[in-house]
Amino acid sequence: MLEFMEGSHAVAEIVKRCRPQVIAAYPITPQTHIVEDLAQMVANCELDAEYITVESEFSALSACLGASAAGSRVYSATTSQGLALMFEVCFNVAGMRQPIVMTIANRSLGAPLSIWNDQQDSISLRDSGWLQFYAEDNQEAVDLHMIAYKVCEDHDILLPAFVCFDGFILSHTYEPVALPGQEEVDAYLPAFTPYQRLDAEKPLSFGMYATPEYYTEFRYETDRALYRAKESFIKAGREFGEQFGRDYSALVEGYRLEDADTALVAMGSICGTAKDAIDEMRDAGKKVGLLKIRTYRPFPGPEIADALSGVSTVAVLDKNISLGGGGAVGTEVKAALYGSGAAVYDYIIALGGRDVRKRDVAAVVDLAEKGKGDMFYGLRTEVL
Amino acid sequence: MAEVEQGCELFSAGHRACGGCGPALAARLLLKATGKNVIIASATGCMEVFSTPYPETAWGVPWIHSLFENVAAVASGIEASLKRQGRSEKVVCIGGDGATFDIGVLCISGAFERGHDITYICYDNEAYMNTGIQRSGATPYGASTTTSPPGACAPGGNPLPKKDMPAILAAHGAPYVATASIAYPNDFVQKVERAINTPGPCYIQVHTPCCTGWGFESGETLAMAKLAIDTGLWVNYEMVDGKVVKAKKVRRKPVEEYLAKQKRFRHLFKPARRDDVIANIQAIADANAERFGIDIKRKESSE
Amino acid sequence: MALRVGCAAPPGRALDNKTGAWRVFKPVFDPETCSRCGMCAMVCPEGCVHETEEGTFEPDLDYCKGCGICEEVCPKKSIRMEKEEK
Repeated sequence: MLEFMEGSHAVAEIVKRCRPQVIAAYPITPQTHIVEDLAQMVANCELDAEYITVESEFSALSACLGASAAGSRVYSATTSQGLALMFEVCFNVAGMRQPIVMTIANRSLGAPLSIWNDQQDSISLRDSGWLQFYAEDNQEAVDLHMIAYKVCEDHDILLPAFVCFDGFILSHTYEPVALPGQEEVDAYLPAFTPYQRLDAEKPLSFGMYATPEYYTEFRYETDRALYRAKESFIKAGREFGEQFGRDYSALVEGYRLEDADTALVAMGSICGTAKDAIDEMRDAGKKVGLLKIRTYRPFPGPEIADALSGVSTVAVLDKNISLGGGGAVGTEVKAALYGSGAAVYDYIIALGGRDVRKRDVAAVVDLAEKGKGDMFYGLRTEVL
Repeated sequence: MAEVEQGCELFSAGHRACGGCGPALAARLLLKATGKNVIIASATGCMEVFSTPYPETAWGVPWIHSLFENVAAVASGIEASLKRQGRSEKVVCIGGDGATFDIGVLCISGAFERGHDITYICYDNEAYMNTGIQRSGATPYGASTTTSPPGACAPGGNPLPKKDMPAILAAHGAPYVATASIAYPNDFVQKVERAINTPGPCYIQVHTPCCTGWGFESGETLAMAKLAIDTGLWVNYEMVDGKVVKAKKVRRKPVEEYLAKQKRFRHLFKPARRDDVIANIQAIADANAERFGIDIKRKESSE
Repeated sequence: MALRVGCAAPPGRALDNKTGAWRVFKPVFDPETCSRCGMCAMVCPEGCVHETEEGTFEPDLDYCKGCGICEEVCPKKSIRMEKEEK
């Protein structure tokens, strides 16, 4: 049954059904509605969890780490500056292999200060060892939380994950969402079984330091776990499809790509706009398609190369900028398509909440087909 | 027999602390007090490094290290998780003075304000020893460190007084705050026992001289800790609900006896005596004695 | 040995590191004058001073770093540090 609700509320509802035992979060726009809802659920005895009202995002993730190591399923949510404050803890959590799920209501990073959406925050943590899943709409955001817990807690994976959905554009938008009931979620996501935990009955030292004899091998093991997460995600996504009728077994998803000459590549809510724009361009006779990246980490390079093997021109929509180095997704797509013969162009777009309309997507396609790219799209040159 | 004793040691030999390490002794005594039913959360620092190069851990109890500055937040999460699971382990943080007085204050303040049932032990060796003896907020006035060296424009070395962390944590409403010293091992053990059995966040700051960082012979670690107390530069006291209820009394010696034995104060005596700085340090000891009432008066000389 | 996930390890392995090799001075315990107070065992940073069946004490030289704290605290002066010939 579809219910009409705000994205943040839908996320809070599904998080509740995933039964986290400890939640630690610090308020930051546009994540607040999620954690407010969860706090109310705990206050109402609807959710049997400890909610720690920490004094910073840094402590939020640190508390999650402790709770996870002690054997609890944990949850947090943040965005932007809050995620930046967690930077050090993020690397630590991944290296310590704690299966923490955290929602990112994607937002830009200052300076200049901006509360509005782009994907600079989570993309800046791409090297941290967290799995990163991007939702196109609120239904996908809901579903990805269940899948994320399942993949993270897989004893063959044991990694943390960001479930990313665009701040305001999704988090504050009302959409119809099918919310699985508690029994259905329980059937999909079993109770948390820690691989190892802090326990006086069976003492272990966690988070020891590694000398040069061991450090490389620990990094290698964590890297392998990220790559193994591809199979785990595909399996969890397929099982999800079998139970709920919405299949997530693909790391990348094509839209009208079959005979396309030009392909857009994007992540998150901009994919919805791109699909509408593609429908209009198709009506006008242009052979355009979209490749949506669902799992940015692990990066689906071979899957992208396979999906785009037939196209001659690729236009990557990057809602981030690696200053002095181009868009992060574009850089990696270029590497994935190296030697394919396709012309790959990168467009820095939709930063800090700048709206993207169908005609912007069409304009990007035009630029790419004319061989113009690797640029900021839509610069207001009159203010420069 | 020796084998059996070895087996009882929860903080095991083989760790890589310097010979005569005060913090290593504090770790041993801490685990004597807690026993096995404990989870230790450790900040980055000397103790963490000398006790846990993978896979050679010295800890016989569950132990976790995450970062330098987040140990109190990690412990908050552990405590919440144990509460949810109905488990009985005590949660104890351990951090050096840099982790406690400086970089970790945010997380400690949050954890104490929220009232988690944790005990925080600060092993105070009065500088950043792990990185090579740099000044921290716990470095006493007049001490030379590698970032508070004496020089023509700074004849006294460290120009700043030691931060009063126990008062800061008592002001958070901590039910039990104490200072201790490895010079009095049984007293430290008893204070740890009291702290872990007191509900809510408790704090113990234990003075752990560092022979390497302070510049004295490794065999003198306890003697130096005792001199700190005998001069009034370190006071062993207990605070219950924010009020000092007990302080160890002494027949005070002049601070110079303590200062002259350590290289970190050598600049106060050579090449020329700095009587002004020594007098300021004596004034700190005098103020401590006044504040805590530690002087044994002649009338009480029967004690 | 396979790496343990997350750089974790069970207790016991510190004992692989025989820190006795660091020693320059060796504590020599005299059981005749020992008052059996146990301070030497209480304050050893290595925890490597052990009680014997007779109730006196002896160091485990596999781990003793020769710091000399035991000599310093012994109220009976029955421990002395000797330069070790190796």
